[in-house]
Amino acid sequence: MIVVLFTRIGNQIGKLHHTKYKLQIIQEAGQGKGSSLHHEENINAEGSTIDSFRVSDFGAFDQSYRVEDAVDLSGNSTYNSLKVSNQTISPVSVHISNLGQLPTSLEKSQLTIQTEPHRLQLQKVQSSNPGTILVVNTDNQEESAMADASPRTDISTDLDTDDKNQPYDRNLSVVAVSDSSDRSKDKSDQKTLRRLAQNREAARKSRLRKKAYVQQLESSRLKLTQLEQELQRARQQGIFISSSGDQAHTLSGNGAMQFDAEYARWLEEQNRQINELRAAVNSHASDTELRMIVDGILAHYDEIFRLKGVAAKADVFHLLSGMWKTPAERCFLWLGGFRSSEILKLLVSQLEPLTEQQLMGITNLQQSSQQAEDALSQGMDALQQSLAETLSTGAPASSGSSGNVANYMGQMAMAMGKLGTLEGFIRQADNLRQQTLQQMHRILTTRQSARALLAIHDYFSRLRALSSLWLARPRD
Amino acid sequence: MDRVKDLASKKAAVIFTKSSCCMCHSIKQLFYELGASPAVHELDNDSYGREMEWALRGMGCNPSVPAVFIGGKFVGSSKDIISLHVDGSLKQLLMDARAIWF
Repeated sequence: MIVVLFTRIGNQIGKLHHTKYKLQIIQEAGQGKGSSLHHEENINAEGSTIDSFRVSDFGAFDQSYRVEDAVDLSGNSTYNSLKVSNQTISPVSVHISNLGQLPTSLEKSQLTIQTEPHRLQLQKVQSSNPGTILVVNTDNQEESAMADASPRTDISTDLDTDDKNQPYDRNLSVVAVSDSSDRSKDKSDQKTLRRLAQNREAARKSRLRKKAYVQQLESSRLKLTQLEQELQRARQQGIFISSSGDQAHTLSGNGAMQFDAEYARWLEEQNRQINELRAAVNSHASDTELRMIVDGILAHYDEIFRLKGVAAKADVFHLLSGMWKTPAERCFLWLGGFRSSEILKLLVSQLEPLTEQQLMGITNLQQSSQQAEDALSQGMDALQQSLAETLSTGAPASSGSSGNVANYMGQMAMAMGKLGTLEGFIRQADNLRQQTLQQMHRILTTRQSARALLAIHDYFSRLRALSSLWLARPRD
Repeated sequence: MDRVKDLASKKAAVIFTKSSCCMCHSIKQLFYELGASPAVHELDNDSYGREMEWALRGMGCNPSVPAVFIGGKFVGSSKDIISLHVDGSLKQLLMDARAIWF
């Protein structure tokens, strides 16, 4: 005869949402006496209570038995083994009250780890004699599945009563009694001890896993807020940043973004190189060392012109718009960049003393770049005028005859061709800037070139700082 | 090819252009600014235009226009002209070819 006795100690249970629990008690008569009672109930626990559940035993115990396992599940999730030896138990009726507050779901499905898993470890006692039973009383706040308490099979579920997340305190004692004879007593003793230990281990592991998962979530959240702040700051600097997660990016969108990123990297590297140059100049380094650094900086300028060439193919209008520069720099934008003639005008005063020849060279250079800039500007004006003419000739678009449609298509095709030449203009403008820098370097001595590069960088630096100040200014 | 060479030798500064090409317009303006009066031949208005363009490409001129000849010799396209102008060589070439005097 088997009696399953379990009591529930403790009352507070946290909110339980949408969980079902199945409480299944199987009993089997050991000696054929009495009737077997198979009781199964599905209870939907949403704060409702069910009436006490009564399982009566059948027949009397006329054998001595041993309480094999009493699993006492307290809030500390410790398993206590309770052994009661050699007691006779008269027919017992079992009361299970307030089951409504115990959401348990016993199913054979896989246990899922939720953020607050509560599963009940259940003990199965097997004995050589027909067997026993087990009651699983589990609490589950999410929808973790529980092992199904099917008859005659192992029933085990993990109990994870994690203290800090558990707003309630629950105790469950399960006492399984089997009428085992003394000779198999030891064997099952050891088995159950082992199983207890395994269960403890499993519970501990799942607690650790949960902890690790929560920590991961926390750190990702921190990272996310950090990234958002950076993005905000970068936006403030007027750098064009498109919104993230936009699936509809066109090819040109990607070209623009990519160039912006490359330009940002280029600026960082240039800052580093300029600092190195400044340190070398202040420490009166040798000409050889200076020349090395200066050559490096000029090569770095070559790099940005190369990148701009690539970007001009991908998205010429992005370069022309100057959105990749800060607002104050954009003010002085000419054909997608700075005006060489302006830079040279700034330098002349700062580069003194210059030899007669050098002065003439710099003046000529300034004049040449001015002339080239004018020529390119005139070409751009001609392009604009030509484009306007192309789009404005012909019949109005509203008239629908096929001849007009053909005209319209022809117009568009011509206009497309003209837009294509924009890339050539940006390329020549960059070519002009590059040539001007190199010619300047040829005219000046190494030391003068170093000072010139520092002056150019400082000028643009101040423009960028001005942009930041402007963007951050208090507005009414 | 012959026509190109022929035309190029007729004047100190010769530029082959197309009427629709705005970069050609820029290079022309540069020459005027320097005081040169280049001979301008528009390929799209020339009966042999297509062959001439083909010949210019063969010389390595890309894009084919503007194509600049100074003193009968091929100098280059817009990129070359700007580079030569910045380092002062263009002016020297023009002076040597007597396209300009100062």
